[in-house]
Amino acid sequence: MTINFEALSEVAQARPSCRAEGRAGNTNPKAAKIETRNLSFYYGSNQVLFDVSITIRERSVTALIGPSGCGKSTFLRTINRMNDIIEGTRHTGQVSLEGIDVYAPQVDVVALRKRVGMVFQKSNPFPKSNFENVAYGPRIAGTRNKRELARIVERSLKRAALWDEVKDRLHDSALALSGGQQQRLCIARALATDPDVLLMDEPASALDPASTAQIEDLIFELKKNYTIVIVTHNMQQAARISDRTAFFYDGRLVEMEKTTQLFTKPSEKQTEDYITGRFG
Amino acid sequence: MSNSDQTFDSRLAARHRLGRLFGLVCMASTWFVIGLLVVLLMSIAWQAAGWLDWGFLTHFDSRHPEEAGILAGLWGSLWLILFTTLFSVPTGVGAALYLEEYAVNSWLRRLIQVNLSNLAGVPSIVFGILGLTVFVRMFGLFGSQPKVVAVPLVFTTLEIPLPLGRTVIAAALTLSLLILPVVIVAAQEALRAVPSSLRKASYALGATQWQTIRHQVLPAATPGILTGVILAVSRAIGETAPLVMIGALTYVAFTPGDIASPVDIISHPNGVVEAPFDMFTALPIQIFNWVSRPKAEYQHVAAAAILVLLVVLLVMNGAAIFIRHRFQRRIRW
Repeated sequence: MTINFEALSEVAQARPSCRAEGRAGNTNPKAAKIETRNLSFYYGSNQVLFDVSITIRERSVTALIGPSGCGKSTFLRTINRMNDIIEGTRHTGQVSLEGIDVYAPQVDVVALRKRVGMVFQKSNPFPKSNFENVAYGPRIAGTRNKRELARIVERSLKRAALWDEVKDRLHDSALALSGGQQQRLCIARALATDPDVLLMDEPASALDPASTAQIEDLIFELKKNYTIVIVTHNMQQAARISDRTAFFYDGRLVEMEKTTQLFTKPSEKQTEDYITGRFG
Repeated sequence: MSNSDQTFDSRLAARHRLGRLFGLVCMASTWFVIGLLVVLLMSIAWQAAGWLDWGFLTHFDSRHPEEAGILAGLWGSLWLILFTTLFSVPTGVGAALYLEEYAVNSWLRRLIQVNLSNLAGVPSIVFGILGLTVFVRMFGLFGSQPKVVAVPLVFTTLEIPLPLGRTVIAAALTLSLLILPVVIVAAQEALRAVPSSLRKASYALGATQWQTIRHQVLPAATPGILTGVILAVSRAIGETAPLVMIGALTYVAFTPGDIASPVDIISHPNGVVEAPFDMFTALPIQIFNWVSRPKAEYQHVAAAAILVLLVVLLVMNGAAIFIRHRFQRRIRW
């Protein structure tokens, strides 16, 4: 028996009292809550995450900040189990999506990754056409109907604010796009599978300021409908676009707070030292 | 000027001279090798002058050197190219895929990898003996008199002799084994060259391992694999020792399946099905045989055959370069 996340979101929709914060008009049943409990992660014998317990709310942007090597990217990858690809990894503790442990044996990791999309630091479009790139996710999930695929591609590109620039060259190579456009294509590609969650690992760090601004605007728009977790080195970026921010240091979650509060009145001294630039 | 400045200046000229000298030595080595090759080609072309004509390509061997031709050898080699490719590609690419994509990095995998590289260096005559025992005689399981197994197909019947005997198929299987390590290693290199970012992107979108391989990894690795296969097969074509062991015939007045021209394939389609199970000869065997004959004219005939073999190799290598060039323009990382 594998866990059917489709059925799960219907169940969740039927219990409005369990949805967080009583926001009026939960019209979008997508966007899921992520929770980790005492998560520790190991690369072989090397422990990189220590007892991380965190709640990530739906339809919001949560930023993960911290110095290099503090485990933010590893943490991000536990959510869609991309760490499974690396040999010798193991974990203790729980990572749950809408209450279901994603590492449970009944969970099909392929179904999970359809639900949880990921955008990488360096854009990595496939060496195919723009259309084929975006259509890849739905196609491998089983959508064969050409009209349906075209509809999904158009919708995803519009949501990624790339449709106008690409609609006349849908069948040209994706590698001919500029860096910023390629990254937006990767976002469109991730959105094509209709995920609940979007994980972004420093999506704008390889881009120029203009493209970065475009990506940030995009994220601001997307958070209305998706749960977004973004790892970033750029604290100004975190301050600009996120609702809540989590500060990681040395594999531990030091503090997690509303962004405005974290950046003005952090509770931990370590956090204050980091954001004022005393280290990192 | 300080002491170190003086030393620097006086040594500077000598350092440049040494650099130039080294460059000259490298260039001389290159020209030496090219020179050797040119001399070799010229001497062969000189010997073959006047003997390489259309008649040469369309006649069988003969006791009269003026009438001798390589028709049998050419067709034998062409059939061998076809079947060797047919056997070595799926096996080789499959093994490479397993080693690169599916196998866990255990001691067993490392053991296989080391032995694979070693196999590439085994002398070809050893593969000849292997082919003789396994494919030609089939361990003696079927006795020495071949029994024919008839397999009905749509338009014709496949008649498979067991044991296979000295047939095209037995030789092709042997040659496939010979080049398999080369194909596997080349395919592995091509698979490794596919950036991991591509695989990660595919997995992150919810693809299974097979989907990732089929839609992203293999298409991206195909030019490299193709190039490796063509180069490996072109090596197999020149191999004489295994074919001698298998028992390729030396004086042959027929072609496999009696197909002596492309027209025959249409007029006599049964020949295509019979050809693999026919006896045969090949270009290197024929060359070797002609060179060993006492009549001096046969040296010219052999030279002409060598030219034909070189042209075949050139065409194959040219195809490999063409494919590599065309695909490299499309895929830009």
